[in-house]
Amino acid sequence: MGDVLVFAEHLGGHFPKTTLTAVNAGTELAKRRGGSAIAVVMGDAPDAVAAEIAKYGAAKVIALKHPALKNYLADAHAAALAALVKKTGAEFVLTTATAEGKDLMPRLAARLDAPMASEITAINDDGTYVRPMYAGNAMATIELEGPVKVITVRGTAFDAAKPAPSASPVENLDAEIDSATLKQEFVSFNQTKSDRPQLTEARIVVSGGRGLKSGENFKVVLEPLVDEMGAAMGASRAAVDAGFVPNDLQVGQTGKVVAPELYVAVGISGAIQHLAGMKDSKIIAAINKDEEAPIFSVADYGLVADLFKAVPEMVEELKKVKAH
Amino acid sequence: MKILVPIKRVPDPATTIRVLPDGSGIATDNVKWVINPFDEIAIEEALRIKEKQSGGEIVLATVGQTTWQEQLRTGLAMGADRAILVKNDGYLDSLGIAKVLARVISDEKPELVLLGKQAIDDDSNQTGQMLAELLGWPQATFASKVEIAESKVTVIREVDGGLETIAFKLPAIITTDLRLNEPRYASLPGIMKARKKELKEIPLDSLGLALSPKLKIKKLTAPPKRQAGKKVGSVAELVSVLHTEAKVI
Ligand SMILES: Cc1cc2nc3c(=O)[nH]c(=O)nc-3n(C[C@H](O)[C@H](O)[C@H](O)COP(=O)(O)OP(=O)(O)OC[C@H]3O[C@@H](n4cnc5c(N)ncnc54)[C@H](O)[C@@H]3O)c2cc1C
Ligand SMILES: Nc1ncnc2c1ncn2[C@@H]1O[C@H](COP(=O)(O)O)[C@@H](O)[C@H]1O
Repeated sequence: MGDVLVFAEHLGGHFPKTTLTAVNAGTELAKRRGGSAIAVVMGDAPDAVAAEIAKYGAAKVIALKHPALKNYLADAHAAALAALVKKTGAEFVLTTATAEGKDLMPRLAARLDAPMASEITAINDDGTYVRPMYAGNAMATIELEGPVKVITVRGTAFDAAKPAPSASPVENLDAEIDSATLKQEFVSFNQTKSDRPQLTEARIVVSGGRGLKSGENFKVVLEPLVDEMGAAMGASRAAVDAGFVPNDLQVGQTGKVVAPELYVAVGISGAIQHLAGMKDSKIIAAINKDEEAPIFSVADYGLVADLFKAVPEMVEELKKVKAH
Repeated sequence: MKILVPIKRVPDPATTIRVLPDGSGIATDNVKWVINPFDEIAIEEALRIKEKQSGGEIVLATVGQTTWQEQLRTGLAMGADRAILVKNDGYLDSLGIAKVLARVISDEKPELVLLGKQAIDDDSNQTGQMLAELLGWPQATFASKVEIAESKVTVIREVDGGLETIAFKLPAIITTDLRLNEPRYASLPGIMKARKKELKEIPLDSLGLALSPKLKIKKLTAPPKRQAGKKVGSVAELVSVLHTEAKVI
């Protein structure tokens, strides 16, 4: 009882920082419930990634192998993970609420007839959890009942696991999957190419909104600022819908949730759905020509200005600061 | 092709949500109720598939109170053919909703089920995936493009870091993302026609399902409020405070 299986997401031999967040949150949950955190790496050749994850302090790492686990697909991964839950008798299955985590965990929960809590932000001592609802306008205290519980954690609410003094033991297992039941086929992954830091991992995020007016302006006006600050680039839904930037840059209730040390909102009004994805940032700065824009109600520093003048000026000012 | 679209009634996304002082729920006095925006996208996609195939049937389903008929009528006015309300006044968690929908689906036998990726009230993002597992069907969540050729479906999905394409055979579950389409408005003739379309009500009890929610909401609290800071007078001042005061650059 009390053991936590942590689903360790990975792609192409690497894992995102959100995987380490899951390892840490899983370790914390296990500690409170008197069990151990076991990281589960699934794949057709999971060994190398498993060895990497083993450096981050999980009590154990299970490398679960099967040809059907070559690419991430919900049906095969849910089947393999559910069989492992039964085999290990784990009480919890946990991962971070990434696109993959959100896709997989509800399917797993249904397979286990278990309740699922989405995107929790806190684990309470009394066995309850906290999760945001209504675009973060309400924080719910919830309870999960039953022998098995499924949880995704909000990536910004927990720290990433740090390298541990010694490596966790790795156990290699063949996944139990009835291949005849699998129905999904992976076709391709069209990766957005970028040399910039990942949106959910960056120390600074600079986001642009409809105020930028075009994709071209994102390139010639906003990107120099993003790069001068060594930041990740984000966007509002309006900017993504208009096709200015790729969809995976959307910050908000229905996009990515970020909480960097500095969030700079440029030409973004600050709709509640946008605030839901960035209001836990440590420092928020906003540039908007409308002094009534709601973004100013959460910004630590607000500049009422035309962005087309202010942003190039800011790049110059930053260069000056750097030169000192 | 027969397509089933489960829809949920939620507060209009433009509504300011306030938590009741006793934490038992949200204040509903000034709330305008609408179809969950992602479910409107699901209805629109169903309509487009039907138009393209020049035939088929679109059935809406909701698990909720009598008042939810309003949203079913709106969906019928958009062009869906008929609607089912599984009447439930109590609380169900997502798995409970999925079990009820699975039952409706086993009776209706649609080839495709289109849901929203997320209800904007509970923000759970669970029901479609649970339903897929309960039915043993393939799933494609966060769809931004759906292509159907005979019985094979190809879906482009909005995932972290890019776009993923997966494929499978019908029957299947697809959940919608924002970029899939732009939902139409109900036209006046559509609204007139909707009044005569079938809206069947089924009492939840009559389905004989054992549904005891294992996720319980104990209370709601208002989130900590972030204080507005100060306005700066110039770009130079902004950079200076970020550097010397906030020390983030
Ligand atoms: C179901 C649903 C889900 C949603 N999910 C999200 C989500 O996840 N993320 C999200 O961001 N939104 C989301 N939205 C949309 C949200 O409600 C807003 O429509 C959106 O955030 C607005 O984007 P924006 O601020 O870029 O555009 P606008 O609201 O149009 O604001 C543009 C701003 O730019 C300013 N501006 C214009 N020109 C200049 C200039 N030259 N210089 C300086 N400032 C200028 C204007 O003053 C204005 O404040 C969602 C909506 C719904 C219904
Ligand atoms: N009570 C309900 N009745 C019908 N469909 C629902 C209900 N609740 C959720 N759904 C569907 O499931 C989707 C995801 O909801 P959720 O898992 O609650 O975020 C919604 O967009 C709807 O399509």
